[in-house]
Amino acid sequence: MKTVRISLGIKKISRYRRHRFAGPALLTVALISLGATFQVASALPSTNKMETTVKSTLIEEGKRIFALGCSSCHGLNAEGGSIAPSLIGVGAASVDFQVGTGRMPMQDMSQQAMRKKPIYDTEETAALAAYVATLAPGPDVINEAQLTYERDGNTAEGGELFRTNCAMCHNFAGQGGALSQGKYAPTLMGVEARHIYEAMVTGPQSMPVFSDKTITPEEKLSIIKWIKAAESEPNLGGASLGRVGPVTEGLLVWTLGLGLLIGIAVWLTAKAK
Amino acid sequence: MSKVERIGGNVASYVDDRTGAAKWLRKNLTKVFPDHWSFMLGEIVLYSFIILLLSGTFLTFWFDPSQRDVIYQGSYEPLKNIEMSASYASTLHISFDVRGGLLMRQIHHWAALIFMAGMIAHLMRVFFTGAFRKPREANWLIGVGLVTLGIVEGFLGYSLPDDLLSGTGIRIAEAIIQALPVVGSYLAFFAFGGAFPGHVFIPRIFTVHVLLLPGIFLALITVHLMLVWYQKHTQYPGPGRTEKNVVGYPLMPIYMAKAGGFFFIVFGVTALLGAVASINPIWLYGPYNPGQISAGSQPDFYMGWLDGLVRMAPPIETHAFGHTISWNILIPGLIVPGILFTLMALYPFIESWMTGDKSEHHLLERPRNNPNRTAIGAMSLAFILVVLINGGNDIIATNFHLTINQIMWFTRIGVIVIPPLVFVITKRICLSLQRADREKVLHGRETGRLVMLPHGEFIEVHEELTPEQKFTLTQHEQPAALIVPNADANGVRNPQGFKGKIRARFSQAHVEQIDAPTESEVKALGGGHH
Repeated sequence: MKTVRISLGIKKISRYRRHRFAGPALLTVALISLGATFQVASALPSTNKMETTVKSTLIEEGKRIFALGCSSCHGLNAEGGSIAPSLIGVGAASVDFQVGTGRMPMQDMSQQAMRKKPIYDTEETAALAAYVATLAPGPDVINEAQLTYERDGNTAEGGELFRTNCAMCHNFAGQGGALSQGKYAPTLMGVEARHIYEAMVTGPQSMPVFSDKTITPEEKLSIIKWIKAAESEPNLGGASLGRVGPVTEGLLVWTLGLGLLIGIAVWLTAKAK
Repeated sequence: MSKVERIGGNVASYVDDRTGAAKWLRKNLTKVFPDHWSFMLGEIVLYSFIILLLSGTFLTFWFDPSQRDVIYQGSYEPLKNIEMSASYASTLHISFDVRGGLLMRQIHHWAALIFMAGMIAHLMRVFFTGAFRKPREANWLIGVGLVTLGIVEGFLGYSLPDDLLSGTGIRIAEAIIQALPVVGSYLAFFAFGGAFPGHVFIPRIFTVHVLLLPGIFLALITVHLMLVWYQKHTQYPGPGRTEKNVVGYPLMPIYMAKAGGFFFIVFGVTALLGAVASINPIWLYGPYNPGQISAGSQPDFYMGWLDGLVRMAPPIETHAFGHTISWNILIPGLIVPGILFTLMALYPFIESWMTGDKSEHHLLERPRNNPNRTAIGAMSLAFILVVLINGGNDIIATNFHLTINQIMWFTRIGVIVIPPLVFVITKRICLSLQRADREKVLHGRETGRLVMLPHGEFIEVHEELTPEQKFTLTQHEQPAALIVPNADANGVRNPQGFKGKIRARFSQAHVEQIDAPTESEVKALGGGHH
């Protein structure tokens, strides 16, 4: 009985094999399964939760994590190697930025480490930062108490500073932009204030260091305030089209604008049947 | 007769007695226009021009075309107390403090993009159907002039608000002026009244943008339309349509209603875009400052191809006699566009020289029936599209995870390789379509219905075309290749010289097509079966 039902089912499907949507439907199924396979295959390495059995000191813990997760590229004593730079003197701020935004550990050796879901949790990141900070002095982690941008920042002044120092790579509205050879300046939307500050101080990837002499701490707070204002600013003119300038506008006018008008023209001149 | 009708009649005869308008009106209001959607592309352009005039006038009520420094005190907080030019401040004022100002600004800018896109679409229609042929060469030239001026007018409008993006555009325009050998720097100083950015450029381009160019547009559009009126509109071929008639509907009342309605539709679509989609959000760009620039600075799409050309140019410069010639700007910024637009303007004359065709044409050609021209058009479009892609290379790179360098090299090579490929492929497609037409006429349309005959043979049923369809598919002229004599009466070899040889070669390429079925062929087969 069961087998009959199955064979009926197949027959039912097989009846539709010459349906005119059969081709597109099969293609869709094939594409989805291909995409799903790729997604699974390229998924992030599963995070091995550290079993923090005996929590000695923060630094000890950081050293242990470093030896496990970082030393294969950066060297057992963080001295660097042929594929990764030395971490002596980069400071806790650098570790907090790179690990805290998920850029480190790198997923692959591509042009640039990209932002992704952090591998290490807050405590592990703090431990790593504490360990790296012991190697040589460097910029310290920015704590929330220092980020008084809401109170001390000036949005308009921050905008001027942003356009002078940041917009050339990150775009006028902080949406990010392309650099040479596949490198890029990432979008600043949704980036935590702490990480923006740390990036300015440490100059990750292709970004230059903006020392406190180039941009004072107050000015840095103003820049952060402007970025946060841009982030929360409603799209005053309607759909933002990505805030990337005329490219998307041109695309829209040829598709929706002229497309709609030509559609109406066809309708107006259609012969009644 | 009611009182109203009597008064109306009296007024009409009063006017007619003094102007003789009735006869003229009767003749012209019944003028017939052919009906096809592609004939409405030009209308889109005309109506968006009217929208531009109206919305632009509104904007001038508040716009202050001055580069004098002001401190912004308007209602947009993130720019408060920032030093900027009066033109930027007044544009912010229009956007945030004038009722409906932002909507009008957006309508104006969207209308400008529709104006340009519509012009290009209209130009493509005219080109691919051969509507530019005798006697309409002059109107083609006016059209090319309008496109060129449209690019300039659009660029000036984009430059007026003096924001960070448009200032960058003006800076590049200045660089292109400076790239002119010998006179370049003098011209740039003249245009900017000194060193860049100066204080006179915005007021000057304002006058050109709102007075000079719209005036020229109005004049050219009037002549353009008068010529369409006088020479009559072209029409697509079909039964009952000849080189001597126009088949369609009368202007009054059909076209008056259609065109009037279409104006409001164009206005509606423009207003819709203006209401729902942000365009040129100058408050995000910030005021222009020569020391600043944004990643991904782009011009509007009609300048994008020019930007793409400049971006792909290799850095070549010559230093001679104390002068620098920047070939990397001169070639992509001036020489290539100059060649492109000259070729486009001269195309009707080039084609008539190639084919030796000097006769009048009022019937349009289906693009497939002139494979060489269609292929030339497709090739040109491919060129523009490839360089346009490079114009947006940074946006494409970040969105599709490519590198700018890959895109640049793809387009550098592609700009040379892809257009000829597109030419060959398009020509082959056109010839294949002609072959398909021939098959259809001779053997009918394949219905996909299989029938088994009593003796077991399977046949596919072919449906015969109607005589009207057959006419439409076979009516086109198929001129023979131009005969360029190898020797004249006195035995002089190759009397027309090298030019003649070239002409013969072009002519041969141009007439290459599949023979349309003749009457006897159709009759011999009967039709509808194998």
